[in-house]
Amino acid sequence: MSDPADLTIAAAGRALRAGDVTARDLLEAVRRRASMTESQLHNYLTLDAAGAEETAETADAAFAAGEDRGPLQGIPIAVKDNMVTRGLETTCSSRILAGYEPPYDATAVARLRRCGAVLVGKTNLDEFAMGSSTENSAYGPTRNPWNPDRVPGGSSGGSAGAVAVGSALGALGSDTGGSIRQPASLCGIVGMKPTYGLVSRFGLIAFASSLDQIGPIARTVDDAVTLFEAIAGHDPADATSYRGEVPEIRPTLDAGIDGLRVGVIEELSGEGIDPEVAEACAAMVDRLEGAGATVEHLSLPSCEHALSAYYLIAPAECSANLARFDGVRYGPRLAGDTVEQMMAATRRDGFGPEVTRRILLGTYALSAGYYEAFYGQAQRVRTMVIRDFEAAYERVDVLVSPTSPSTAFPIGDRTADPLSMYLSDLCTIPSNLLGQPGISVPIGLDADGLPIGLQVLAPALGEAVLFRAAKAVESLAGFDHRPALASSEGAA
Amino acid sequence: MSHEAVIGIETHVELRTRSKMFCGCPVDFGAEPNTNICPVCLGLPGALPVPNEQAIEWTVSLGLALGCAIAPESLFHRKNYFYADLPKNYQISQYDLPLCVNGHLEVETDEGTSRIGITRVHLEEDTGKSTHLGESGRIHAAEAALLDFNRSGIPLMEVVSEPDLRTPEEARAYGMELRAIVLALGVSDAKLEEGSLRFDANVSLRPEGSDELGVKVEVKNMNSLRSLQRALAFEIERQRGILEGGGEVAQETRHWDEEAGLTESGRSKEESSDYRYFPEPDLVPIVIDSERRDELAARLPELPSARRSRYRELGLDAEAARLVAEGDDLAAVFEAALSGGADPQAAANWLTGEVTAHLRRSGTAMAETGLSGDHLAELVAMVEADELSATAAKQVLAGVLEGEGSPRRVAEDRDLMQIADEGALVAAVDTALGEHPDERARLAGGDQKLVGFFVGRVMQATGGKADPKRVSELIRERA
Amino acid sequence: MPPVPIDIDIAKVARLARVGLTAEEMERYGAQLGVILEHAARIQALPTEDVPPTAHPLPMVNAFRPDEVSDTLDREEVLSQAPEREGPYFRVPPFLEES
Repeated sequence: MSDPADLTIAAAGRALRAGDVTARDLLEAVRRRASMTESQLHNYLTLDAAGAEETAETADAAFAAGEDRGPLQGIPIAVKDNMVTRGLETTCSSRILAGYEPPYDATAVARLRRCGAVLVGKTNLDEFAMGSSTENSAYGPTRNPWNPDRVPGGSSGGSAGAVAVGSALGALGSDTGGSIRQPASLCGIVGMKPTYGLVSRFGLIAFASSLDQIGPIARTVDDAVTLFEAIAGHDPADATSYRGEVPEIRPTLDAGIDGLRVGVIEELSGEGIDPEVAEACAAMVDRLEGAGATVEHLSLPSCEHALSAYYLIAPAECSANLARFDGVRYGPRLAGDTVEQMMAATRRDGFGPEVTRRILLGTYALSAGYYEAFYGQAQRVRTMVIRDFEAAYERVDVLVSPTSPSTAFPIGDRTADPLSMYLSDLCTIPSNLLGQPGISVPIGLDADGLPIGLQVLAPALGEAVLFRAAKAVESLAGFDHRPALASSEGAA
Repeated sequence: MSHEAVIGIETHVELRTRSKMFCGCPVDFGAEPNTNICPVCLGLPGALPVPNEQAIEWTVSLGLALGCAIAPESLFHRKNYFYADLPKNYQISQYDLPLCVNGHLEVETDEGTSRIGITRVHLEEDTGKSTHLGESGRIHAAEAALLDFNRSGIPLMEVVSEPDLRTPEEARAYGMELRAIVLALGVSDAKLEEGSLRFDANVSLRPEGSDELGVKVEVKNMNSLRSLQRALAFEIERQRGILEGGGEVAQETRHWDEEAGLTESGRSKEESSDYRYFPEPDLVPIVIDSERRDELAARLPELPSARRSRYRELGLDAEAARLVAEGDDLAAVFEAALSGGADPQAAANWLTGEVTAHLRRSGTAMAETGLSGDHLAELVAMVEADELSATAAKQVLAGVLEGEGSPRRVAEDRDLMQIADEGALVAAVDTALGEHPDERARLAGGDQKLVGFFVGRVMQATGGKADPKRVSELIRERA
Repeated sequence: MPPVPIDIDIAKVARLARVGLTAEEMERYGAQLGVILEHAARIQALPTEDVPPTAHPLPMVNAFRPDEVSDTLDREEVLSQAPEREGPYFRVPPFLEES
């Protein structure tokens, strides 16, 4: 049998139940993979050695006793370090939370634990999830497993990288403007952002509350569904949590693309998109058509304004969300003669430049005299984007576009120019403004051997058709490449 | 040129819900520091607020009691400012879409009745508490501050009046009436001294007859209705002095110093406030449809003004009506006594007199005494039936309050029943007359002042159990 | 809506955001904010007079909790994370401003 670190969640689940492998074996396999790759890639900030061993043993004992809590029992999963974990350091990749040990578990984490999943550790991210490259981490950047000179995307770069290289079988990420889908695309795996409200945000350290959503990162669409099913569902601790039934995915998951109406977003097909990426996506659309989909090219003119609206709404919300980091109740503190000075010094020292920039931007956009022109107008543009997409979904079942305008870019390439970095989120941002689900599926490699992802979008609560279309894309793409580092030879 | 004062009052009312506004921590004012805390009210990373439905209903109820329009759709906003006792460094409050708007409150003073506009009633969360260490106990020269977050997140209603008040007396009456309503609704302890009811006043002066508003000064830190009135009286005089001296009043916040009896300039924030309000993205809109509103309106208890009118109609004077209607728990006993057939005025006299004095003296609440409405009705009836003298009745009441039982039981146990036996009374009168022959002669000679003297002797001899009216009749007959 | 001129008082913004920046940092951030805002300000030209704002992606209302008490945190566990404590309290330097 191959290295258990390379198994899908589904295959690992079968192996566990067949007695071919133990949860302990799986954990050791992903840890071995981590020990071979971490120095180069830096996917993890914290490994929970003792906690993971204990849950793996509990899982093995459960299997032995014939107890089964479902497909995640005994499966090693990584969690982005912006979800709080009781007693396990949670920093959001920020100095301002160095050493912080939360007294409670995020709901999504608690649900994973209840399913018997083994929490391997906490993964690196752009500080407070602000970034598209995982370079903005106070604890050093994460590198792309396909080419360590490149970024893994972000902000869930550590989670995406860990799943791609096999130091976890699946992971949780969070997506505020594309932070699950874009790194999944750049790392050649599957990443999905659910409908806003389907997964509780309780315990997710907020970046932009009306846009943030936790979602699964996995190597296959099927595995992503498994993780999604584990974490989705109403949570009374989150007032924005959806109170209805979670859409059922499995009955239609394998129904194929035949009969579905697929819309191609014109605005995200040409200008601003790397030609190689655009061609790969167009080729996939042709194959979808060949497989029975009805394809329509649609114009969604508000798309180009979505980015501007996003870069006002997200910083505005973040400026308030990050106000609580003040050196009073947790985290490190810098000295000051007065509490005001102490806070100002602590915050200057504790936040990196991108976070500081967004806090200042948001503070300005909300301040007296500017609110209507910036934040208010951005919320109106949000309505325009919603109307555009509503009209589109009257004609098609799903929309497609590239996930990222380019494949993985070199480390350091965009750090000096915030605007060019922001453009990395061009294709993913609309669905955050809309609160609608989206998924990235790998469809091929570019000339440099870097993965290309296709994004599939669906209306709110349209997870069933989203996963169905994504699975069809996955089978048509037949993407079975793995980064060279994802093997003992490659890492050696 | 004479000036008139223009006063508006902001009132904060801490709600007596079981749990806090946005989390399940207990609302418990006596708890050990930092024990009623959780991720939400401590502003821990990742925590999210969920509103307490009871607090929202109570705020709507107060709005209805104040004749407000209830917003069909209302929002929470974030009010952003950094302060160490505000864990998130923003307060979840309401901004342009509060729960209740456009109400009014009728206020009575010696000058008459005025109708004070209520701009809005909204709901927000309280902050934690800070204590400064150091000799003065004040911010100046303190070496550090200590923070307790038990109060953080307790539901806080804010009631904003229009600047319709003109005198300190009117402001006090407004505060008193609002407090009475809050107590009648049962939504708060409304204790000024403990901070569960807080008044801030905005005061400006303008030339009499002018419509313009002068420079506004905010006065804080009044922890009784009396200090609200005193602080405003001081502040109005202070501003009048400045204006009459040709000076200009500075726009500022001033703190009332109860001991010194004056307002002092506070240390204002360096930045004029820019709270950067925006809709709280962690919460969804509150929709109260007309059906829900009507249901809450139907559940409103009798309000103090209505209760006072009803008591006036029963024959109580204005003062007694107010005291019984608003005094702590007096109304409940009063109503029960009426049901027991008591004469309203007599029952009110007992409650506002002896009973109130007892409660004050002993520092107990009505519920802790042995007095019930039935007891009060019985006491009133016994006095009316001449079974108890006035003096004896007071002693009986004291026994009832101490929990010794019903008035009849206490009267019998303490041997205080009025002497109903005519022969015994006659004997007592004759004895007194016989013991004081000189006084008896002067009485017989027409000196009526001596009736009182002999009544006193007889009452003393009978231990207060004789009916003084009958005794004086007998003295006149037999002298 | 007519575009609002971008005029950033970066010192005031930093004070409001409670970030103690140096003069050099203020200048740098001020310039960067200008560039980003100029891009974002393009949306000011859009015709939105009749468009209501969207604060929430999904139309939901009345998410409440019943007035019930739930568990509190252990004080020692919470205070163990504090940069400074004194007995049962969090300790901070004295306040300059009154609330």
